[in-house]
Amino acid sequence: MKKRPFGGSFLTALTFIFLYLPIIVLIVFSFNSTKSRTVWSGFTLDWYRELFSDSTFLSSLEITLLVSVLASFIAAVIGTFAAIGFFNMKKNWRSPLLAVNNIPVINADIITGVSLSLLFVSAGAVLGFDLGFGTLLIAHISFNIPYVILSVMPKLYQLDRNLFEAAQDLGCTWFQTIYKVIIPEIMPGIINGLLIAFTMSVDDFVISYFTAGSSVQTMSMTIYSMTRRRISPEINAISTLLFAVVLVLLIIVNIREARQEKAAEKKEKLLKGN
Amino acid sequence: MKKAITVVVSAALILCLFAGCGGKSEGPKKVLNVYNWGEYIDKDLLEQFEEETGIKVNYKNYESNEQMYSVLKQGGVSYDVVIPSDYMVARMIDEDMLEPLNLDNIPSYSLINDKLKNPVYDPENKYSIPYMWGTVGIIYDPAKVGEVTSWGALFDKANAGQILMFDNSRDAMGIALKYLGHSPNTTDEAELNEAFELLKQQKSILQGYVMDQIFEKLESGEAAIGPYYAGDYLTMLENNPSLKFCIPEEGTNIFVDAMCILKGAQNKENAEAFINFMNSTEVSAKNSEFIGYTSPNVEVRDVLELSEDAKAVMYPSDEVLSKCEAFTNLPQKTLDYYDSIWIKLKS
Amino acid sequence: MSSAVNESLSALSSRHRKQAFAYPYVLWMALFVVIPIVLVAVYAFTSVGGGFTLSNFYNMPEYTAVFGRSLWLAFVATVVCLIVGYPVALAISRTNPRTQRILMLMLMLPMWINFLLRTYAWMSLLENTGLINRALGALGVFDLINSIGLARSASPSQYVPIDHFQLINTGGAVVLGMVYNYLPFMILPIHSVIIKIDHSVIEAAQDLGASRGIVFRKVIFPLSISGVISGITMVFVPSVSTFVISKLLGGGTNMLLGDLIEMQFLGSAYNPHLGSAISLIMMAIVIICMGVMNKFGEGEEQAVVM
Repeated sequence: MKKRPFGGSFLTALTFIFLYLPIIVLIVFSFNSTKSRTVWSGFTLDWYRELFSDSTFLSSLEITLLVSVLASFIAAVIGTFAAIGFFNMKKNWRSPLLAVNNIPVINADIITGVSLSLLFVSAGAVLGFDLGFGTLLIAHISFNIPYVILSVMPKLYQLDRNLFEAAQDLGCTWFQTIYKVIIPEIMPGIINGLLIAFTMSVDDFVISYFTAGSSVQTMSMTIYSMTRRRISPEINAISTLLFAVVLVLLIIVNIREARQEKAAEKKEKLLKGN
Repeated sequence: MKKAITVVVSAALILCLFAGCGGKSEGPKKVLNVYNWGEYIDKDLLEQFEEETGIKVNYKNYESNEQMYSVLKQGGVSYDVVIPSDYMVARMIDEDMLEPLNLDNIPSYSLINDKLKNPVYDPENKYSIPYMWGTVGIIYDPAKVGEVTSWGALFDKANAGQILMFDNSRDAMGIALKYLGHSPNTTDEAELNEAFELLKQQKSILQGYVMDQIFEKLESGEAAIGPYYAGDYLTMLENNPSLKFCIPEEGTNIFVDAMCILKGAQNKENAEAFINFMNSTEVSAKNSEFIGYTSPNVEVRDVLELSEDAKAVMYPSDEVLSKCEAFTNLPQKTLDYYDSIWIKLKS
Repeated sequence: MSSAVNESLSALSSRHRKQAFAYPYVLWMALFVVIPIVLVAVYAFTSVGGGFTLSNFYNMPEYTAVFGRSLWLAFVATVVCLIVGYPVALAISRTNPRTQRILMLMLMLPMWINFLLRTYAWMSLLENTGLINRALGALGVFDLINSIGLARSASPSQYVPIDHFQLINTGGAVVLGMVYNYLPFMILPIHSVIIKIDHSVIEAAQDLGASRGIVFRKVIFPLSISGVISGITMVFVPSVSTFVISKLLGGGTNMLLGDLIEMQFLGSAYNPHLGSAISLIMMAIVIICMGVMNKFGEGEEQAVVM
């Protein structure tokens, strides 16, 4: 391989410093013994203790996890079947439907949030329900499904055209073919979509802000309301914990992938050896 | 391996669904939804209320009367108790947003200062019970901006970059109008425009528009001067003893925040119990000490454990009170005008 | 002949059954994507009384400052992300696969930390009493500037010494927030497209005598355009519509389109009709930008990110 240009590596290093510096500052000051976020006065775990006794935060964490898991799974199911459906449509039906599907992805999330809010409030006034967990869940599912579809469609295109018929020739019923042949083949796309959807749900603030109403709150909403008042280093504690969790997850993923690659390499060597 | 994963995942999903359902279809649990200003209650009191009555309080915050109004108007929310300011109570009564109170369920009403009963904004005292009252003034660090006696300090170029301003239209325009010698309740568009121009000029020397973010900024010295409520000055003083408070010579706003029940509230009795609780002497005194605002309960003044200086800020002299004016609700045309000015200003 | 007809008939019904999988979602889209947008349009064109009106749009010229600021700041942020992101994506793509995977994970890690926390992190750094200003003060930067200013000043007694730079509550802080939040969204698509470029094409160009500069300009860059366009879209659209970044880092004096819209629904000046009108215009802006981008790029169907 040709040598990397020095400028490129330097810029890359700077970029990573730029990305991580604020986070490191957050983490360091989560252990600060005073409320100051800029002057260090000593080590303490007080803010973590306060965080875990903060019932608002804990319940919002619960809600976030609940909504994200439910929404991403439901979106994965609806989205996978929708993708299969779209894939089998003629182009003049598929293109416009895919365009509509892309709207939540392209649209700014404040517009998605505002539009859903108008819908829920109007429907709620007529049918007698409030904004709450239900509307929050529906909103999350709505913006998650397009990501699932965008993940699954390429996989469908990669499928062998004759796979479906071949399976049926070998004796599978129509349903068996779908569930036992097609779906496992596109599973990487489904899992990918599920993970993206989950990430989007956990990270979302704006759409939740407009659709959650008065009875539930997601973690992002709690953090936002914390920043609008007297700021407590509890926020720093949240950041540190999040960072630790994500770091551990990513390390696990990295190790797994490295192992899989090694296993694949081994397999190849064995096959080639023979 | 695959089967194990499938089982685990399915189990997790089922658990989630149960947790979700359980959360939604609660039985006849005793609940109360309270919507209040931020930094405006001693949270221990909410726990105390739950212990005494078994009612769990779902407590949410808003930043200003106007924001509360927007959220309620947008709909889809179900709060029982809200605590708006005087002029907003008047507006909500006009727009039929409040539920009449059953004063038999609120016996502590008798302890309210007579001057605060049957107020201008709620003449028959049907819809509101006062929560706290106070004055608006300038909080500042004398080491950085010198002695302050007038609203002019907020518009002074010498203090550029250190000035904070109210992030809501009534308070901001109120200050500008008072400084220019007009009434904060004027409907005269020429006067309103004059105030607007002044605020526009102020924007270039302003550090930012804030509400509760002001606590951090003044306590840490990030900013040196800003208008806010007297009670919050007392709270900030604990963390930064060098701060001072001034009621400007041009006069200022005196406000009463009152507890109301929203029309169609689902937990009306719990709400009345809460209102009664918050106004009882011991609770109101504890609350007043914590947030620094003045209790409307006449017995509280004698029970308070505060320094004389703090009491002087909390209970202004008659001379100071004579300079104070309350906000009233404005006609719709003026309200619309305020909104359009405010948007133009922030733009 | 009949068996062929039968086969194609059953193939058709099989196809229709597969198509039917999508019907639930089509219904969902109609309910939760199309109708809400129609509602926004309805609100935009009605007044409080309920009649059809264009009055919500008459006042738009008053908000040109907000529109201009949003477009300008988002544009600057996008350009910065591009200038920084492209070389970084290129540099990463040239490392060995193991390093690449680690670097990509390190790039994605901040993205998984809540967006609000990432923005909040900059507050402690940028404030007047924040870390950057404190560090500069400790290094003596302000003393230096003050002594120079004093020496050059015509009336030394009137010189006002500085003890900090105004970093937060400026347009620059908002741009910084946008870049910080969305830079990975620029790097990732560009990187994923560059690594797919067939290396033999690059080698062929080099064999034909092309210098590195020309290889980049004529081979690599044109082949990576679709990634660049993805990146630009994923940075520009959220930047133009954010309200959290401007609220936390802009101090309320740098109002963006997102702030304006939020104000009309859940903020300090309730007017959903005006808010809907502004939303419609924002949607139009985004659609126009996407249309312009599409002219430069190719078809859609790209899998997003990861």
